[in-house]
Amino acid sequence: MSEFVFLYREARPPSPEELQARMKTTLAWFKDLEQKGHLAVYGHPLNRKEGRVVKKGGVTDGPYAETKDIVIGFSVIEASDFEQAVALAAACPLVEAGCLIEVRPVPKL
Amino acid sequence: VEDAFFRRERARLLTALTRIFGVANLSLAEDVVQETLAKAFEAWSFGGIPEHAAALLMVSAKNRAIDVLRRERTARRFAPELGRLIDSEWTLRPAIEELLLPPALKDDELRMMLSCCHHQLEEQAQVALILNLVCGFRAAEIASIYLAGVAAIEKRIARAKKVLAGSQRLFELNAQDFAPRLAAVHRALYLLFSAGYHGGGEEVIRAELCREAMRLVGLLVDHMPAATSTTYALAALMDLAAARLPARADAVGDLVALPDQDRSLWDARLIAGGLAFLERSASGSEVSAYHVEAAIAGLHASAPSGVATQWSEIVSLYDLLMRIRPSPVVALNRAMAIAHAEGPQRGLEAIAGIDELDRLRAYPFYEAALGELELRLQRLDAACGHFEAARVLARNEPERRFLTRRIALCSS
Repeated sequence: MSEFVFLYREARPPSPEELQARMKTTLAWFKDLEQKGHLAVYGHPLNRKEGRVVKKGGVTDGPYAETKDIVIGFSVIEASDFEQAVALAAACPLVEAGCLIEVRPVPKL
Repeated sequence: VEDAFFRRERARLLTALTRIFGVANLSLAEDVVQETLAKAFEAWSFGGIPEHAAALLMVSAKNRAIDVLRRERTARRFAPELGRLIDSEWTLRPAIEELLLPPALKDDELRMMLSCCHHQLEEQAQVALILNLVCGFRAAEIASIYLAGVAAIEKRIARAKKVLAGSQRLFELNAQDFAPRLAAVHRALYLLFSAGYHGGGEEVIRAELCREAMRLVGLLVDHMPAATSTTYALAALMDLAAARLPARADAVGDLVALPDQDRSLWDARLIAGGLAFLERSASGSEVSAYHVEAAIAGLHASAPSGVATQWSEIVSLYDLLMRIRPSPVVALNRAMAIAHAEGPQRGLEAIAGIDELDRLRAYPFYEAALGELELRLQRLDAACGHFEAARVLARNEPERRFLTRRIALCSS
């Protein structure tokens, strides 16, 4: 098994109704992943309104003005290979809701 | 279950915040509730809904409310009851915490219900406002209760909210003019209960709505000026009808008609409670539709079996109900009672004699009633035809499955 970090990204903040509907479907998806042993770390949603970017020379407010899709959360997923990880991400209801999921393998020695 | 939880919490938070901000700031309270919930939905979509979710929501709403009060205390006028308590950091937080304790919250719900019955609004608008603000129904759900368009109901609610926000303060529980406001509260809670009893979507019953209606009617029963004989009648009706809920849906979630229900599943405690309320409702001179409906439910609850029910008594009660609150659906129920009392042929005649029969044409249980009576007359082809017509009109899967089983019964 390999580990993959899922970065959930979204451009447009959803309405409260969408969030309520989304909570239900997302919870079911997470539960399914957990039962099948794919969930290494639940991860967290991230506050999409606030952020700071720290770099040499100073701190600026983020999330980054130049990227449209803000990272709204992350999880760590276990999968046998890249294909399986991508298939798991494709089944996530957040994708149906218009979010992007960036799937990044955690390098192994 | 989750939807029911958030529906209740949304209403509870809104009531509490309206009390804190003052009724003039109703829309501010709505915004803060919306923000609180949106934040929770997002946070909980990862780890799941935590165990003490209701308490967490209340804390989160409280913190937001305190921020708003702090930020806007010079710009806005908040609840007059709060007075200068919010001006000082010494008193702000303790004052708010006290307002969010359970006894205060209970009074708030009662005051909110009565405040919705503003004298400048007509009863339907008052009822819609209670359903929206206190029961957490969305405009679309209210529209389906009234068979009205969503846009029209949205407009009506928005207008009613403006009128409510224009009132100086929330209704005072020791006020003299309780009585004229109670009719709309009764009506709203009756509709809330009915929505649960008749279910919706794919659910035959939505017991959580019935429980919420019973809890809210309990607030009226416990508060003396609101505990009128009509309030007792409504409480009786709810208890007696709710007693049958465990038998109303079978193991696979299908509808079971009253005569076929397993009476051993009926809730004896609710029946006893309902009959006690029914007795108390008889104290006044008033006879409302709720009195009559409760009396009918009482006769069903006390009957050992469908056959041994006092059907002729029930027919007389339906006669009375037709005088108080006539409708084609009540007339249809009366006809079915006549069929039980005097035979299916007499039931069919009663159906044929219903005024405004056309208004029942789109109602699946009109065709189903005809089918039921034809079935009892052993005219299986006719019965089958009616059940098939009813199935075309069915509004959801459980109704369709119920009627499919009836059709199968005719052909076997």
